[in-house]
Amino acid sequence: MKKSTMTVRPVQDLSGAAAYRPTPPPAWKPRTDPAPLLPDSEPHRVLGTDAAARLDAGLMRRLYAELVRGRRYNAQATALTKQGRLAVYPSSTGQEACEVAAALVLEERDWLFPSYRDTLAAVVRGLDPVQALTLLRGDWHTGYDPREHRIAPLCTPLATQLPHAVGLAHAARLKGDDVVALAMVGDGGTSEGDFHEALNFAAVWKAPVVFLVQNNGFAISVPLAKQTAAPSLAHKAVGYGMPGRLVDGNDAAAVHEVLAEAVERARRGGGPTLVEAVTYRIEAHTNADDATRYRGDAEVEAWRAHDPVQLLERELLERGMLDEDGVREAREAAETMAARLRDRMNADPVLDPMDLFAHVYAEKTAQLREQEALLRAELDAEDER
Amino acid sequence: MTTAATTVVDAKPAKPATMAQALGRALRDAMAEDPTVHVMGEDVGALGGVFRVTDGLVKEFGEDRVTDTPLAEAGILGTAVGMAMYGLRPVVEMQFDAFAYPAFEQLISHVARMRNRTRGAMPMPMVIRVPYGGGIGGVEHHSDSSEAYYMATPGLHVVTPATVEDAYGLMRAAIASDDPVVFLEPKRLYWSKAAWSPEAPTAVEPIGRAVVRRSGRSATLITYGPSLPVCMEAAEAAEAEGWDLEVVDLRSLVPFDDETVAASVRRTGRAVVVHESTGFGGPGGEIAARVTERCFHHLEAPVLRVAGFDIPYPPPMLERHHLPGVDRVLDAVARLQWEAGS
Repeated sequence: MKKSTMTVRPVQDLSGAAAYRPTPPPAWKPRTDPAPLLPDSEPHRVLGTDAAARLDAGLMRRLYAELVRGRRYNAQATALTKQGRLAVYPSSTGQEACEVAAALVLEERDWLFPSYRDTLAAVVRGLDPVQALTLLRGDWHTGYDPREHRIAPLCTPLATQLPHAVGLAHAARLKGDDVVALAMVGDGGTSEGDFHEALNFAAVWKAPVVFLVQNNGFAISVPLAKQTAAPSLAHKAVGYGMPGRLVDGNDAAAVHEVLAEAVERARRGGGPTLVEAVTYRIEAHTNADDATRYRGDAEVEAWRAHDPVQLLERELLERGMLDEDGVREAREAAETMAARLRDRMNADPVLDPMDLFAHVYAEKTAQLREQEALLRAELDAEDER
Repeated sequence: MTTAATTVVDAKPAKPATMAQALGRALRDAMAEDPTVHVMGEDVGALGGVFRVTDGLVKEFGEDRVTDTPLAEAGILGTAVGMAMYGLRPVVEMQFDAFAYPAFEQLISHVARMRNRTRGAMPMPMVIRVPYGGGIGGVEHHSDSSEAYYMATPGLHVVTPATVEDAYGLMRAAIASDDPVVFLEPKRLYWSKAAWSPEAPTAVEPIGRAVVRRSGRSATLITYGPSLPVCMEAAEAAEAEGWDLEVVDLRSLVPFDDETVAASVRRTGRAVVVHESTGFGGPGGEIAARVTERCFHHLEAPVLRVAGFDIPYPPPMLERHHLPGVDRVLDAVARLQWEAGS
């Protein structure tokens, strides 16, 4: 091999020059002070603390009545799966405080963006319980008009409804309407890319949105420890430049208070908030899931002892904001609701197969018209048989 | 029978305009007419888009209506869904074909089916602009022809202009549509020019009509977007060989204009589908099947496809071998002299 004749020269000849001084980087400072954005170290609680003395009795009785009704609704819907009237039901038993507070904290002009587990929030907001179950019964995918109650379709893909909430809130603000969007997501949903993009857009646009994460411990079977390494899900807010709030998700008074503050802040132009409600899913993921494979009875029992309905009931009874008559009334109203739901769900839905082609486009394409004619001919032939 | 898209009324020759300018003008005119039209995407504001399609819009309409978004395609399309839910008409830009893939879940799971899942209560009027296709020397992820993915999703319209006039007319129609439209912009035609004046009326036709760009008797070339100029050139060249080729520009892939296409093939008896997208699983297979189903007894030869190879889009220094050019189209035309058993 021939030896190289090339001489190696230093990049810069520093001999004789002044000592080398690196150029300092341009001045940097954090864009915002992270301290006010950080959540408290403990979830916010009201029930069982001195703060409970300040409770608004009217609001608490309303929350209580809806919690009782919601518990019964979950039980009835689960029973309907066993009777084959619902294809599937993801119960929110144990999480009713989050569901009810989310629905009641909003004004009529506001929008709710529920996930598939948030049927109860939609019902509390005013959606017909049977319409709310259409998706899960299987007669149509959403079935209700989202504009009627300002409830977006129950969202099955995880976290994809969060950017919708941001876009809607942003659009409302552009139009000069003081509308707030409240978007609900589970702990598992916080791992999805759409969660990140929604929070980032919301913070950059200062969109009037409240993100409510119901951390119920498990994404189907995967516990939170395998979902995130963050100190808490509320801590994620800081990275986006929005406040993170941590709340006891079984304390209806606390959830309502924290959400009300966040909604108020959004409405007056203060931008989005991320609220993590620490709660627990008492039932399995759905009726099709076996929760005994991934968690023990002791854990479930500990959470049963911290039941949202019981917590509020005891507090209100002790403070004289509720009496035995009030409890009985709430339970009777819940039974009436359940009986009516049962009756209505036991009636077979009337379906028109031609609807399959009705809503794909504003105007049917020639191809759809051909397929429509085919199905019509098949149905006519069935009728003749 | 369809008509040409342009109505020339100005006696003075119009200045040459590029397709990019015509698209920008369509956005501008739609925004001026309808305050609910919003343009959003990465770099659409001060920069005017990397292809300058949105040039000047932010100056005229402000940042509330021409919004530079964070760099996140799912977020861009997902927030557009919410905006449409509140009554706006977003026009979102995906910057490059392959950059749109993170937004596919929003597109397929929400945009395409929102009308259907809500029994018609919540339409999704929006335009998703996707610069697509090769031929501009782009590096990896900048030259995909992704039309087959969009075509496979019910609820979406898929259109692609091939002329300056159509770029304007189709964009206006897409923005006016009450359904979501995936608007595929052929990148290599952005700078193609035509004597077109934005001041002269340009026909805005309903989406879903193909047009015969060149009449002929011996075979039909069925094409769209970036392959239209290739087919027009091939048709000129084929004249020397005695081939009188008809060229059909689809303009809209969904809905598909079976009528115009079938009428042409029945006249000519032979057809070649030409596109850059892959042949396997590509639009050509669907088009060839539809033509065969409708024109079997008129066909003198099998419907042929001239498509891109079934490979990931090649690096720029090799793309000329991949893209269907005039010679490959002419070879296919020669093969149309098909004899049974051959």
